[in-house]
Amino acid sequence: MKLTKRFFLGMAAGTALATLPISALAQEWQPKRPIDFTIMAGPGGGADQIARFVQSVVEANDMMSRPLVPTNRGGGSGAESLLHLKDARDADHTLMVTLNSFYTTPIRQEGLGVDIEAFTPITMMGVDPFVLWVHKDSGITTFEEFIAKVKEMDGEYVMGGTGTGQEDSIVIAYMSGAFGLDIKYIPYDGGGAVAKDLAGQQIMATVNNPAEAKGFYEAGDFVPLLVFSDERMETFPDVPTMKEKGHDFSYYNQRAIVGAPGMSDEAAAYYRDVFGKVYESEDWQSYLTSESLSPLPMDEAQTRAYWATQVANHRKLLSEIDG
Amino acid sequence: MEVLSFLADGILVALEPINLLLILIGVTVGLFIGAMPGLGSVNGVAILLPITFLVPPGSAIIFLAAIYYGAMYGGAISSITMGIPGASTAVATTFDGRPLALQGRASLALVTAALASFVGGTVANILFTLFAPLLANMALSFGPPEIFALMLLAFATFVGLGGDDIPKTIFSICLGLVLATVGFDTISGEPRLVLFDIQGFLRGIGFIVLAIGVYGIGEMLWTIEQTRGEVTTTNPKMTAKGMLSDTKEAVRRGWKGTWIGSILGFFVGVLPAAGATPGSLMSYGVAKMVSKNRDEYGKGSPDGVAAPEAANNAASTGSMLPMLTLGIPGSPTTAILLGGMVIWGLTPGPRLFVDESEFVWGLIGSFYISNIAALFINLAFIPLFVWMLRMPFTILAPLIFVLSIVGGFAASRSLHDLWLIVIFGLAAFFLRKFDYPLAPAVLAIVLGPIAEPTMRQSLLLSSGDPMIFFTRPIAGPITVIAIILILLPAIKLLRPKRSKGAA
Amino acid sequence: MRQGEISLAGLLALFSMYLMWKSTELPIGYIRGQGPGGGFWPFWLSVGMLLSCVAIAWNWWRGKSPASVSDEPLMDDFGWRSVILVGGGIVGFVALIAIVSMYGAVGLFLVYYLRFLGRHSWMLTLTMAVTLPFALFFFFEGAMQISMPQGLPFTQPFFDLMYDIIY
Repeated sequence: MKLTKRFFLGMAAGTALATLPISALAQEWQPKRPIDFTIMAGPGGGADQIARFVQSVVEANDMMSRPLVPTNRGGGSGAESLLHLKDARDADHTLMVTLNSFYTTPIRQEGLGVDIEAFTPITMMGVDPFVLWVHKDSGITTFEEFIAKVKEMDGEYVMGGTGTGQEDSIVIAYMSGAFGLDIKYIPYDGGGAVAKDLAGQQIMATVNNPAEAKGFYEAGDFVPLLVFSDERMETFPDVPTMKEKGHDFSYYNQRAIVGAPGMSDEAAAYYRDVFGKVYESEDWQSYLTSESLSPLPMDEAQTRAYWATQVANHRKLLSEIDG
Repeated sequence: MEVLSFLADGILVALEPINLLLILIGVTVGLFIGAMPGLGSVNGVAILLPITFLVPPGSAIIFLAAIYYGAMYGGAISSITMGIPGASTAVATTFDGRPLALQGRASLALVTAALASFVGGTVANILFTLFAPLLANMALSFGPPEIFALMLLAFATFVGLGGDDIPKTIFSICLGLVLATVGFDTISGEPRLVLFDIQGFLRGIGFIVLAIGVYGIGEMLWTIEQTRGEVTTTNPKMTAKGMLSDTKEAVRRGWKGTWIGSILGFFVGVLPAAGATPGSLMSYGVAKMVSKNRDEYGKGSPDGVAAPEAANNAASTGSMLPMLTLGIPGSPTTAILLGGMVIWGLTPGPRLFVDESEFVWGLIGSFYISNIAALFINLAFIPLFVWMLRMPFTILAPLIFVLSIVGGFAASRSLHDLWLIVIFGLAAFFLRKFDYPLAPAVLAIVLGPIAEPTMRQSLLLSSGDPMIFFTRPIAGPITVIAIILILLPAIKLLRPKRSKGAA
Repeated sequence: MRQGEISLAGLLALFSMYLMWKSTELPIGYIRGQGPGGGFWPFWLSVGMLLSCVAIAWNWWRGKSPASVSDEPLMDDFGWRSVILVGGGIVGFVALIAIVSMYGAVGLFLVYYLRFLGRHSWMLTLTMAVTLPFALFFFFEGAMQISMPQGLPFTQPFFDLMYDIIY
């Protein structure tokens, strides 16, 4: 069966090639069907917001002749999305909005048999840094005070996060290792729930993307202590980085659009063109600023190299958590 | 009062011609989306999000809120007419709505649902207007132990729901709770119970899959087999006079459930982790508990329709509260609304009421107007839905099957889940033949995913000490009440034996 | 009925045991200082299912439940036939989705049910079987922007044509 299907697809591609001048390919390819725009997480999280934002920009400016259909497939920490893309029926019309579970889930769940390096890089929309937050009523204002407090509590200091193996747990694990901290980690099923329980002081600290804590920060409820970016962030100019504290560590959540494995070059070129326009749009640029995302534009080759280093990094970080 | 002048301004904003038009369209669209099994407010809000780029943010969110409201009204329609809860919030509505429809009183059930929804929405709006900041603080004081205690209470109110056969009822509850754990364990971050190692189970088993299987397929098969395909739902012609008398009857026999649902639904809805579904289930349970004619429940009590319907509308207003004041969505729908607000450059959170007061009050004003609009639009469409029920059963039945499968796919986007729906449906038919009650399993699969993680989070907090459920000021009393309620039927069970022995 | 009751309880007991076994992939005990492990909840609830099955069997043996004292057959021929025809129709419906797409399957299922089970006229059957899939297409793909399964590749030209019409 597989053979015949391939054969037909090959035939179709062959005729398409024969009838079109090669140079026109990138411009000529147009989506024929609605585009499956899979979101690697449930509704409400950062990835979901970004997907719907991108969809809105595309739709408002009429950038595509077929609609993007956002679908949340967050099951199994993104495993559901990865499998969906891997077995995509129509690779040319299947895209995914990723976060870092793109790297971590295939490592943690080897049984899936997903090799992310087979996926097609489309556009890196930005990277989301992480910030360590405490509640203002805790009286802690600097990272040093935080360290002292955690050591004093001796294993009773409670932090919340989105689950073992998730982005924030990696950051917390690294921080604990680097400073010899013993932290009690409570997993939640979403960043919003974590922020709420920090606001209600059910937990004492969190590591979150700035967007998730923004409302509480602006109201003065949350105090940022440390950022895990390479440089100090514009939004929090007085908050030191992990690197300033003597550890060469930075961590970002990637906000990227990737295509299914086996997507044709023409289709990929078309999507890169469209999402490149979205990226440059005023709407997106102001979103980057307001949500404190960092830009990280990359072309296809750079993205592939970036993926390889990220996979290696995550393998190392995760083995430190599990080991 | 300052609040009232803000509200008056807000209502004026909502009454501007463009906003009013958007409200009317939104409510109508929402009503039909909600009436489709499998589709709910979340779908309606999600697809229309991009359209809102065409109008100013204030009008956009009013439009989305109107869809949200319309869909909450619409959810009752598929529960009553087809017996399939279109959304988890409308599960409890089937318990009494469906029997009423089978007795040919669908219009009574629909009118009751509409009126109860209206009262629930209005009560919630008033509470929202007056106490928003206070309630936001209440929501914050609910951590994992409190939410778990609340779930325990929700279960407790439902102890009496099952059939007479106790082991079969327990089996059903346990089955629902186990199915709820399939997929992925967030606490340990490991896949769990991936049945037969089929990767499709990684996504877990959704409520909607079980509900459509049990009600859309299983119950329909059972009806066909029982009635030998000759279902006749005698329906008097819909007349204005008939609707009027239904309205009177709905008020007379449904007011109690309405009040219980309105108040309870709102408070449970305000809590971000809980939301509208536990709110409507608990309201049904409580309404039944305090009712004088408890035997009527499950056989077509208007109170049994009114309580969950009032509750889910009250809760949907309630769940807007943590979204606006804390920036925390209480349901998938509010999560998407939240995304919409970010797109429009608004930051939901503690500062929103101060920084964007015109926007906030315009939205609250639109809740009032949407609610009134939804009531009238809903009442206007009732004859249409009742007319659908008068189709010959051999046409209605395949339509329900088609809508179940298509709606099931729309909700899950996975063929794997469609097969599960069919398997659950066939299994439900045979279980039903042998008197296994299935409503407890459906409830369990809704509450389980909230109860299990909160229990384990609490125990992580306390280093494994279960006393955490008793010593915290809010969790403690709720847990104790829940345990008493659970033990009550057991005590009652023992008593008649003893009296018999004495006699 | 009597035989059915105990067979079903046995079947469910087997399923419970499978769930118990499957739950043990994660720790099922109480981890010191952390509370229950990942398998705790499903394992002990499956035990609850198993115990319920035992209780059901006990009631069966004592003849306590209505089904366990009934000598009537589970269903008569007519009942079995309608369940098999309708249930089988639904199974066929879902199986066809992967081949002829959701809309094709809806049409075929309607033809099967309306014409062969419902004995309606061809006129009514075909009208419904053609209009409903189109109506659903416009509703889902057009208005709701939800893509339904499209079956094997041979349906593709048709869908591409439809998409040209609606977008």
